[in-house]
Amino acid sequence: MVTLLKAVPEKTGTWVVEDRNKGVFKVAREAFVSEEVLEKERERIFENCWLYLGHASELKQANDYLTRNVAGRELIFNRDRKGTYNAFFNVCPHRGAMVAREKCGSALGFKCFYHGWAFNNNGKFATRMGEGFYPEDFGKDGSVDLVRVPRLEEYRGFYFVNFDERAVSVEEYLADSKEIIDLVADQSPNGMEVVGGGQEYSINANWKLLMENSYDGYHAEDTHATYFDYLSDYIGGAANDDLSAAKVESRAIDLKNGHAVIEGKAPWGRPIARTIPAWGEEGAADIRVMREELEQRLGAEKAHRIADADRNMGIFPNLVINDIMAITIRTFYPVSSGLIHVNAWALAPIGEPRTHRKRRLDNFLEFLGPGGFATPDDVEALESAHRGYGNAKYAPWNDISRGLLKDKPTNFDEEQMRCFWREWARRMEDQ
Amino acid sequence: MSKVMTKEGSISVEPVLSRSEYEDFLYHEAALLDGWQLDEWFALFIEGASYEVPTAGAPDDADSAEALFYIADDYFRLGHRVKRLNSKQAHSEWPRSKTLHTVTNVRILGADADGVKVTSYFVTYRTKNNVTHTFVGRHYYVLRKIEGQVRIVSKRSMLDIDNLRPQGRVSIIV
Repeated sequence: MVTLLKAVPEKTGTWVVEDRNKGVFKVAREAFVSEEVLEKERERIFENCWLYLGHASELKQANDYLTRNVAGRELIFNRDRKGTYNAFFNVCPHRGAMVAREKCGSALGFKCFYHGWAFNNNGKFATRMGEGFYPEDFGKDGSVDLVRVPRLEEYRGFYFVNFDERAVSVEEYLADSKEIIDLVADQSPNGMEVVGGGQEYSINANWKLLMENSYDGYHAEDTHATYFDYLSDYIGGAANDDLSAAKVESRAIDLKNGHAVIEGKAPWGRPIARTIPAWGEEGAADIRVMREELEQRLGAEKAHRIADADRNMGIFPNLVINDIMAITIRTFYPVSSGLIHVNAWALAPIGEPRTHRKRRLDNFLEFLGPGGFATPDDVEALESAHRGYGNAKYAPWNDISRGLLKDKPTNFDEEQMRCFWREWARRMEDQ
Repeated sequence: MSKVMTKEGSISVEPVLSRSEYEDFLYHEAALLDGWQLDEWFALFIEGASYEVPTAGAPDDADSAEALFYIADDYFRLGHRVKRLNSKQAHSEWPRSKTLHTVTNVRILGADADGVKVTSYFVTYRTKNNVTHTFVGRHYYVLRKIEGQVRIVSKRSMLDIDNLRPQGRVSIIV
């Protein structure tokens, strides 16, 4: 992949250029705006990478289900009568209408409204047909059962699907990102849950722009000045470091297979174990208890990492787990090269007291989401960049070189994005 | 405040004005928002007031301590929202979008010690970057008349849409 940088990308399917001698890493803007590139991404990335489906906590009991569109495909994520988790394509085997049309619920089975075909919640065909219309053994071979998504696997409550039957296991695919997921999953002795009220929104930009943005420490100071104005006023003094005097190293970590995380320490409070003066004595006392619990259960070193460090992680190609002023799970899909559908959730400890939960959700909303003080400005930046890429023919390159020559890139460098792009190029560029 | 006898004893209840007075107030608020007179808009809120926009599709009684909202501002954060929107560094809203707030179906739902509960339907248009997006839903207010002025004790805007597609964000006051 070490190629000399040309003024204009050649039409040979090379979009990513890395030149370590010159300290330069460039990505062709054509990769963001071309519908042909998107078609290739669908084939080479979305068809065979593990894609996030949902969290175990979203289906609390047997028979619970939810419907979700994953990479353009309508799916049912449910638990059957035995409590087993399943993923089905939400399409009737008969003539194709969706068999589940509500967002979520509890159902022993699914009945298609079009012609009344019915299925148990384990996907088995369960329709009583009148005599003489179909062969007696009709459907006994499973041919008119709901079609399962080829692969459904989970890690620590995070469920993923893969449309490629031959894919490696999700654990192998997640590689070193498992360790970072652990730092989230281990935050509570009771386990973690998705908070009600997911945020679904769209962005008029290419999906890869959102991946880059989700772990871009470099942009924060400029793009999010108004958030930091608010934060410094809200915190009410310097963040209280009595409990967390230990230093956090700012770094970017390659988690393999295109996954990466940046780790550092930001000025906001962390609802898990880093208090701020605005939370008062009560907040400080709550946090002290949580910190002690973490240390007892996980040891001082892991407790320190969970409590003191902020992490923005990108799991290739389209899952973000940001453990920052709150925890957000964010996944997104290209509808076209210039349109993204985003789903975002807040993750929190099960059984968290109401006051803690409120503090966490306030923290989330201050920064994150369509009404936050930061996300709308990210959206504006992404949309602005995407419009700018209309000039790709004459201004062809994005520069992602920051920190390329460093032995230890920090969370203000761009190594995490290079991890993404190297994997993207490996899958997309013909050798 | 007028007094009302209840089983528990007498409580103060905010006197109810005529619907047209509330309508005038809501039209005035809409005009302030469309003119980006946000300091004047913020002055309509009493100290300690709240401003909320639950996620699209949330139930009317959604609780910001239990569910994720788009916006759940206390008075302090609302003040900062206004400060932010007045700044050119609120990139989402600079250059400023054009907005048009329409208010209809105004109803008085009742009154208690907090104030008078007034609801309206709304259609708000936001135009930015050559695209016009539409927000539709219902506002729920608690209002009080203080020193001759109608003031906002709380405002909750319920969005009657499935999600923020294509709107993308709630960076204006809907």
